This record gives sequence, C-alpha cells and structure tokens, in this order.
Amino acid sequence: MQIPYILSAIVFLPILAGAVLLFLPPKNQQLIYRFALAVGLIAFLLSLAVYFNFAADGPRYQFVEKYDWLPALGISYHVGVDGITAPLVLLTGVVIFTGVIISQRIDERPREFFAFLFILASGVFGVFVSLDMFALFFFYEIAVFPMYLLIALWGWKQTREYAAMKLTLYLFIGSVIALVGALAMYFASGLQTFDMLALEGANFSAEFQNFWFPFVFFGFAVLGGIFPFHNWSPDGHVAAPTAVSMFHAGVLMKLGAFAALRVGIMLLPIGAQTHLPWIILLTLVNVVYGAFIAMVQTDFKYMIGFSSVSHMGLVTMGFATLNYNGYLGASVQMVSHGVMTALFFAVVGMVYDQAHTREIPKLGGLVRFMPFAAVAFIIGGLTSMGMPGFSGFIAEFPIFMGLWAGGYPLIAIIAVISIAVTAAYVMRAISRVFFGELPVELEGHMRDIQPSEKLALGLLCLIMIAIGVYPNIILPMVQSGVNAVLALLGGA
Amino acid sequence: MFGSVTPEMLLAILPEISLLVVVAVVFITDLLLAERSRGALAGITAAGLAVTLALTIIFAVPGAEGELMWGGMLRHDWLAFVFKLLFLVAALLTTLFTIGWKPIWHKGEFYVLLLTSTIGMTLMAASADLIMLFLSIETTSIPLYVMAGFMTRDDKSTEAGFKYLLFGAVTTGVMLYGLSLLYGFAGTTNLYEMAAGISAAGIPGPVLVGTVVLILLGFGFKVALVPLHFWAPDVYEGAPTPVTAFLSTASKAAGFAVLARVMLAAFPSILTDWQAIIAIGAALSMTLGNVVALTQRNIKRLLAYSSIAHAGYALLGVAAASELGVTSMVYYFLAYTVTQMAAFGVVIIVWHKIGSDEIADYAGLSRRSPMLALAMLLSFLSLAGVPPLGGFIAKILVFAAAVDSGLVWLAFLGVLNSIVGLYYYLIVLKVVYLSAPKDEQPVPVARPHAAALLVSILLVLILGILLSPWYGWAAASAAGLF
Repeated sequence: MQIPYILSAIVFLPILAGAVLLFLPPKNQQLIYRFALAVGLIAFLLSLAVYFNFAADGPRYQFVEKYDWLPALGISYHVGVDGITAPLVLLTGVVIFTGVIISQRIDERPREFFAFLFILASGVFGVFVSLDMFALFFFYEIAVFPMYLLIALWGWKQTREYAAMKLTLYLFIGSVIALVGALAMYFASGLQTFDMLALEGANFSAEFQNFWFPFVFFGFAVLGGIFPFHNWSPDGHVAAPTAVSMFHAGVLMKLGAFAALRVGIMLLPIGAQTHLPWIILLTLVNVVYGAFIAMVQTDFKYMIGFSSVSHMGLVTMGFATLNYNGYLGASVQMVSHGVMTALFFAVVGMVYDQAHTREIPKLGGLVRFMPFAAVAFIIGGLTSMGMPGFSGFIAEFPIFMGLWAGGYPLIAIIAVISIAVTAAYVMRAISRVFFGELPVELEGHMRDIQPSEKLALGLLCLIMIAIGVYPNIILPMVQSGVNAVLALLGGA
Repeated sequence: MFGSVTPEMLLAILPEISLLVVVAVVFITDLLLAERSRGALAGITAAGLAVTLALTIIFAVPGAEGELMWGGMLRHDWLAFVFKLLFLVAALLTTLFTIGWKPIWHKGEFYVLLLTSTIGMTLMAASADLIMLFLSIETTSIPLYVMAGFMTRDDKSTEAGFKYLLFGAVTTGVMLYGLSLLYGFAGTTNLYEMAAGISAAGIPGPVLVGTVVLILLGFGFKVALVPLHFWAPDVYEGAPTPVTAFLSTASKAAGFAVLARVMLAAFPSILTDWQAIIAIGAALSMTLGNVVALTQRNIKRLLAYSSIAHAGYALLGVAAASELGVTSMVYYFLAYTVTQMAAFGVVIIVWHKIGSDEIADYAGLSRRSPMLALAMLLSFLSLAGVPPLGGFIAKILVFAAAVDSGLVWLAFLGVLNSIVGLYYYLIVLKVVYLSAPKDEQPVPVARPHAAALLVSILLVLILGILLSPWYGWAAASAAGLF
C-alpha cells in the first residue's frame, strides 16, 4: 500500500521538531522531554508504517516522491525506499525512539541536545531514502555535523573534545573526497542529472570507473569504519553520550556502508568488480583485528566500540563478495548490528550511570540489581556471536556462504574463527559484569533500571529475536533489493 | 557622445541616481540636525538604501541579452544587476550594524562615504570601458580608505586606513599602467571591442600576458588574493567592524564582478594563460588563507584570513572560465556575503557588550545568549560549507565548475582546504558552546542589529534550501558574459 508523503514526513518531522525545540522554554525540562518522546514515537510509528507497507513483490522503489529542486542542474528531491533501505528506515526509527527514551536523565541543556539529535535523525533518514545524488550529499552532511556538538557538549569529559574533532574531520574528509567523485560522475555521464536511477544507466567507461571507484567507495566507507580509516570510531563511540553512541554505532555507521554501496558500487559496478577483490582483505582486517582489540579492552564501552568495527567489517565484506548471499547477509547485518549495538550501548550507559565506572574488572554481580538489562545484554551478546535463533545468524551465515561461493574460502575460514573471538569477549564481559561478586565500592549504589528503559531494551531484543526466529519478516524484502543491486553488477 | 538619452538608459542607472539622491539627503539633514539627534542619519541611509533596492528590483531589471549603454561606458546586464542588488543589501546591513557604534554613528560624512563607495561598486559591476572601470574603482576605493581609518583616535584604525591607502595607491598605479598599455595595444578603451582590436593588432601572446598580470595585480589587491593579501588582516582588524564587514563582502564582490567581466570579454585569445594564473592564485589563496587562519586568536583576523580563503574558492569559478564557473562564482558571493554579514553582525553585537574581539572572550556565549550563539553557529557552519546553509551549495557549485573544466586537482585542493576551514570554525564554536563563561550576563542585542542579523541568517538558510531562484539569477548573470 502506498502512503502519500510518508517519506517526506519521516525526513522532515525530526528537523522541524528540532527547530521547534530550540524555541521551547529552556527551564521546562519535563515539557522538552515529553515533546522529544512524542516526536521519537511518531518517527518510529511512521518508519513501522513504511516497513510493513513495503510490498516485496512490488516495484523496486516504493513510496516514491519526486519534485524539482534545481532543474537547471538536474537536481531533484527524489525519494523512495527499496528492499534494502526500508529495513534501514525502520532501524533508524527504532534507534531514535529508544535513544530518546533512555536520554531522560540528560539535564545539561536538554533542549539543544534533543534538537541536535533530531537534526541528525533527519539527515540519516534523508540519506537512506534519497534517490538523487545531490540530495544524498545534502542529507549526509546534515547527518555528520551534529555529531560534533553532541559529542563535544554532552560527551564524556575526558576525551570528548578530541574525539569529536577527530570524528568530524575524518568523516568530512571522506565525504568531500566522495563528493569530487560524484561530481566527476555527473559531468562524465553527460546526462545533466544527479538522479541516481538515471546515472545507473550511464555506462561509464571502465577506465573512468576504475579511477573513481576508490575515491567514492572509501570516501563513504570511512563512516562505515573500514580499515585503516576506522580509527575515529571507537574514540567517538566512547566519548559520546549514550543515546548518541546508540545512534552513531547503530545507525550512522550503516549510513557510510550504505552510501558506499549506493553511490560507489551501484553506480560504478565495473570499478567495484576491479577493486573489491583487494578491498575484501581490508574488511578481513576489520573483522579479525576489531575482534582481537575488543578482547583486550578493559573498558566496557571501548570493547563495544571495537566490536562495532569488527561487525561493520562483515557488512563491507559481504558487499565485497559481489554475490547474492554476500549482499543478502550484509543487508541483514546492517539491521541486526544496528539493533544489537544500540542495545549494547544502552546497557553500558545504564551501568555507567549507576556504577560511575566502565572498567570491566571493577564491575560484577549486577544481575541481582538489573536482571532485565542483564538478560537484554545476553540476548545482544548471543546475536553478536551469530547464534541461531537470533538475527546475527541470519546475517552472518549468508555472508560466509557468499565468501565461500565467491572464491574466498580462506577468508571465510579466518572470519568464522574471529566469531569465536567475539564469543570469548562477549562471554567474558557478561560473566564479569553481570555475574560474580559485587565489588564493595558499588554496595548500595545499584538499583534496577526504570520501566521505560526496560521498554526500550525490550523493543530492541524483540527485533533481534523476531528476525532470528522468523527470518521471513525481513528476507523477502531484502531479497528484492539485493536482486536489483545484482542486476546492476551484471548478475555477477 | 551618448546620442539622445532614452528612458531605458535612465532606468539602467536608476540605482546610481537614487543613491546620489540619498547622498544629498544625508548631507543636507546632517547640516540641519542638532548634534544629538544625528543618530537619525543611519536610519535615513538605511531607508534610502531600502528604497533604492526596491527601485532597482522593480525598474532596473535588464533584458536577457546585455546591452551597451551610455556610449559603451556601461553594460546593462544581469551580472551588473545581481551584483548591484548584492552591494545594496550589503550596504544596508552594514548601515544597520553601524547604529550605536560610537565613533561613526552620528557622523553624516561616514554615511556619505558609505553611499559613495556603493555607487562606485554599482558602476564597477556594470563598467564596459577602461576609463569607466578605472573611475569606478577609484570611486569605490577612496571612500573605503577613509572609512577604514575613520576612528582617528584609535591607532589601529588609523594604521589600517593608512596602510590600505598606501598599498591601494601603489597597486592602482600598477593597474593603471596595465590598462594604458592595453589601450595602446588594442586602440580602444571599450572592453567589448578589445578582443577584436588585440587580434587585429597582432600583439604577441607573452606581451599580452604581461599586461594582464599588471591588471590582475590591481584586481588581486582589491579582492585580497595571495600574494596581494598582506594588507587585509591588519586593515580588517583595525577598521571599525562594520567597515570590515563591508570591505570583506561588497568590496570583494565588486572586484570579482570586474575580474570576470574583463577576463572573459577582453582576453579570449590567451584564455589558457590567464586561466592558469588565476588557478594558481586560487590555490594559493585557499591554502594560505586557511592555514594562517588556524593560528589566529582575534576573531576579526580569523575572519580576515578566512575571507582570503573564500576569495580563493570563488576564484575557482573564474578559473573554470565557463558559464557554470561564472554562475558558481556569483552564487558563491550571494551566499558568502550574507553569511559573512551574519558572522560580523555577531562580532559587532558581542563587541558592544564586552569590548573585545579576542576569541577567548567568546567563551560560553551559548550560555549567556543562546540565540546569538545559534546565529554564530549557523553563520560559521555556512562559511564551513555545511548544509542546509548557503555556503554548502556555493562550495558544491564552485567545485563542480572546477571538475567540469578539467581542474580536478584544484577541486581536490579545494575540498581538502574546506576541511582545514571546518577545523578552525569548529574551534571557535567550541569556545562559544563548550568553554565556561567568565561572566553569566546575557549579551544585549539592539533592535536594528537584531533585525539585520535575522535577515542575514534567513537569507543564509534560504540560499541553502531554495536553490532554483538564486541559481537562476546567477545563471542569467553568467549567460550575459558568454
């Protein structure tokens, strides 16, 4: 069923709400929080409506809207979702909603906090639904910028300035380099349009594609955390306040991977076929190195940050296989990892709020105080190790199949082994933090999490289990999107 | 010489006529008013500029094809029209920002100088003849020298005025030498007959390139391009801040209008040569402006160096030497002018409260005055090229023009430079948002300042979101040159 204007509503609701927020009375924190919660809820419901009204057997892009923006240069506001982006829109809706829920205790300038968070959300929604390359850049940079303020102002005092600046510069360098590539595509195509559906048929020469593909792909993949440009990401995740870490690791990194796919691989398929076979080695480094570094972390949040680097490596690795299973797995992994890592960061935030430490050795026995959070974390942990019955399995298994079938059995084996490493550090964290003895310093400081927080965690767990138990809730949709990508790659 | 004067000819110079009337009115009221009520002069000037703006938009719109008028002295085309509007808006905002500025508010002569300089600029943008060009450049510059040194009791202001005058005089002399050589080669002073005259005379390329370099020295000084930028930081810092705002926007824009017109109209025969010279100038200006801006502690000096870098970005459009290139340059100036005005507006408002331009004294501005800090955030982000603000579109367009003309290396240099720019803009915003305020008192904003700031910020947003109308203006300007 097509719902008119729903994508525009999703894209513009948060940013308009952000503008309204800036004019609310700063002292009335209750009003600000309720307003933010209402906006988050509406965004979530709208994204649900998109997801469940997307017809997997329908046209490739649905809910399409197109208006001229700057016709002289062939720029239009052209939006629509396909089988890959509809789940990502839902992911964004879930994370913004749960992120707002658990930000109840922000008491330092909450008005600005939620305003910037919503501007960020608009940018993210905009990138996922844009079918125009210019619009994609427009929203991409809107999504990147507020991170600076969110981390620098509300982040962890010790590293926030450094981390915020590092993150912003990395991401902007990536995006402007990709921008030059995009402009080169615009002029080389001779089509006088930024519309990506038209540019898909531009038939760029092999030489052109081979030259520009690395610029565009890496420019965006920086935000996907690809090795060796992943360095900003753990620092950024750790320094960010909880809701921002959730949004950042959960959604923003997918933005990078998705844009690398949408602009890089889909518009420059020959370039992708030339370069991805060596890029897959970088993604392997992501997966293995990320997992090992996560294992040696004693800081709970750094551990999750590096696990994101590792899991995002699986996404780009899936893309690099250039075959059906790889893309299917990578697309599901984007959603699965998004939900899972949002949950991890939410739990870490709840633990830190009460214990005031994130050092894993200084924590212990928390299951007695916050059983719900402990169970949620365990579910997230099982997802991250790719346990059957959880969404991680549905995502990772096809990626490994794709690797094997794509002629990379050795890489498949190494990557599977790294899953064992993941299991090791996740188990270790669960046993140290939630079981064992409660350290004396924490006696009397711990209490259960609030019902609203339980709701947020429950929602995230529900998605992981739903996909794991009943994969058909997502697979037909993703299959339709993946088939369109493969058609562009020449059925490779 | 002019033949008979037709109504079209008068309508074409309606902005100038109207400004002259305002000059006369300001002069006379200055004499009539008592010392303490001369604050009204700013209001009269602002109203006069607003009326001129309205008259220009209603009556002085040119046809799609440019037309030479007044014996070939002026060309009534879209480039001139758009830049005239830009100068008028800049002068209007500047006037509003001067209100309450002690040494210049209440002084009729200041507003007369401002208006005269604006007349010079409107003529510069339309000049189609070497004589007219030189006269209009001088009409623009001489009042600016005085305005820069207007605070005669302030050493820095005096130094600024004097420095500006000396360097200005030297480079103008060099430029005039170039212009006279050009007349000798081509046998005409009209820009639009120049190319034919030069080719008929068979002037060797290197000689012509040498002449162009002399002329470019003059233009480069006006717009503060590296290596002719050295005056800008001292003058921008020393001049009264509203004058700095005017200098760094309208005066720069006027130089670019002339630059684009002269280069494209008169020198098609050595296109690749001047393109290379300008590309190098762009590369140097962007890089040096941004890198030196990194170390600045004074907000006016920071904006001065950043404006050198911005001239470099805009120069990408001229270096592209294409229709898209000129379009992007015009769009760049539309966006840059309002953005820079907003940024300086905040600087002026803050100066009234704390009497300092040191970046460190902006600490915690967001806690003292959240809305003022927001205005600063938006204007600095627009300078950095972040959507949905005007600076983003402007940057994309100039980079696109560079890529289109095969200057990919320059586009890459430009985007990397924009990262350096982002860094120091963020450093300032960090001070505004993150550092603890030394003083919790809010910064009061006078009503005219608030209005000017609001208009600037709205224009920054509109230029960044509604692209088509402005792009249409810019494209029409460019089309008139090709």
